[in-house]
Amino acid sequence: MSGGATIRARRMRWLRIGRLSPLKLGAAILLTWLLVALLAPMIAPHDPIYQDAAVRLQPPSWAHPLGTDNFGRDMLSRVIWGSRIDLQIALFGVVFPFILGTVIGSIAGFFGGWVDMVFMRVIDVVLAFPFLVLMLAIITIIGPGLYSFYIAMALVGWVSYARLIRAQFLVLKNSDFAMAAVSLGYSNTRVMFRHIMPNAILSSVVFSMSDAVLVLLNGAAISYLGLGVQPPVAEWGVMIAEGQGFITSAWWITTFPGIAIVTLAMGFSLMADGLGEALGVRE
Amino acid sequence: MSRYRFVLYRPIQLVPVLIGISIITFVLVRSIPGDPARVLLGPRTTESALARVREQFGLNEPLWIQYFYFVKNLFKGELGKSILYKVDVLKLIVTRIEPTLVLVIGSVLLALLIATPMAAIAAHRRGSWADHLIRIISTAGLGFPAFWLAIMLILLFSVQLGWFPVTGYGRTFWDKVHHMTLPCLTTGLALAAVLTRNLRASILAELQSDQATAARARGLPESIVFWRHVMPNSLVPTVNLLAVNIGWLISGSVVIETVFAIPGMGQLLVRGIFTRDYMVVQGVAMVFACATVLVNFLADILTVTIDPRIKL
Repeated sequence: MSGGATIRARRMRWLRIGRLSPLKLGAAILLTWLLVALLAPMIAPHDPIYQDAAVRLQPPSWAHPLGTDNFGRDMLSRVIWGSRIDLQIALFGVVFPFILGTVIGSIAGFFGGWVDMVFMRVIDVVLAFPFLVLMLAIITIIGPGLYSFYIAMALVGWVSYARLIRAQFLVLKNSDFAMAAVSLGYSNTRVMFRHIMPNAILSSVVFSMSDAVLVLLNGAAISYLGLGVQPPVAEWGVMIAEGQGFITSAWWITTFPGIAIVTLAMGFSLMADGLGEALGVRE
Repeated sequence: MSRYRFVLYRPIQLVPVLIGISIITFVLVRSIPGDPARVLLGPRTTESALARVREQFGLNEPLWIQYFYFVKNLFKGELGKSILYKVDVLKLIVTRIEPTLVLVIGSVLLALLIATPMAAIAAHRRGSWADHLIRIISTAGLGFPAFWLAIMLILLFSVQLGWFPVTGYGRTFWDKVHHMTLPCLTTGLALAAVLTRNLRASILAELQSDQATAARARGLPESIVFWRHVMPNSLVPTVNLLAVNIGWLISGSVVIETVFAIPGMGQLLVRGIFTRDYMVVQGVAMVFACATVLVNFLADILTVTIDPRIKL
């Protein structure tokens, strides 16, 4: 091995942060946040919604490592408790569209014909709307809140999953094993869900990881606008919105919840990259 | 199909999508619980005004006939009246287009200005520390909430350094440029993260292409090969990528306009939601959707025009 190659290999190792591959690093970040969320009652030093007028707008200190907000609430505790809500947003915001899109996409891809055509036209139309605009329009009708966010997310987000799974089904339904299953006289549902689905789902799973980033950012953005999670619940987007009025005097209120979002999003991004690489799925 | 026929036929494919957009917005507003006429006019209104709206939108007719009334009104440019502002929604939207357009175009320009050199460096020094650093930055950039990045930029450039105003839009041209720099930079940075990755990949592919090899064989210096032969071809997929991301860009502008209090369409939409000004929400959503479709259409035509290799 030449000297240059060794140096490069060393650099590569450095950039992979020790021996951590993107997959492991992403998994480590996600696990950490998951633990923080699960152990929130134990590790949070204060009550996230307890207001203490005596310690309003305190900068980071030993008593309050991330400072306090304008109601005297401990920011560290709020960031810790916020992880529960934001992880939940990323989870349900992905799961519902995943299920809905997978069912619709598999039906469209398997049966083809007019069923397929109708769904494809619907997808075209949903995609014509800017994502957030359509979600906001739906939330206008059903009213603000976390559950409205999930409903709007499911109604808008299913299209990506439907397109992915449909494309897989179009190819796989003509494969030998699917044909064999059909000629054995198995029912359509059995062929679809027992034979084709396990082979088709992989790319959707990888996509769901990078989708989680967008869902998380969308959920936080909608909460920031005041249309998602409602105060006083500790959610990172809400906390950023609440701190915006105090950026000149108390930078810490907006800064730390944002860092929390960025790290969690990084975790999902790295997982998506790593999973895609490991499973040989390219988006 | 010849490229000229493509230009003629492509608009026809838009018709079903536009019909779909009108159906979705119609269904959205009709899903609001309560008397549609009261929904359209707001809580404080007179019986005669209600009767007039019922007449105009055919609200006593069956639903599918109501839809035709709705489309008929659309063709007349009638998007209803804003409850809050007491003016036609369309007129209201027209006054709000400029800031949003400036924000979107400014963001795209800044994103290209940031992404092109980053992608060029990353591709040129593939595998170097610079390449990895750029990869890390662009991966991290995808996970930045735009509204938070905006506030951080305000904190740095407006509060600490005092270079730019915190919010607002401005009156004169330079005043507007001054006000819009930070908002455009925010969205531009987020977009640059998306563009850099793809541009790097297409530059790498073009560097290996036959035409680049041929240029090198003619003895052209590598810099000319890169900027004259590789770069223009690499930018073609970027045009499409920008078009695909226009919906995302509009979504981003809705949030950014709220952060910076820019009087654009996004801010109009968000205010409309809070004040239950349904006609405004419907109108803005429809205009945004049509704009998205139009941009994708123009991008298709543009790629066909600038890239003679595309076979239809």
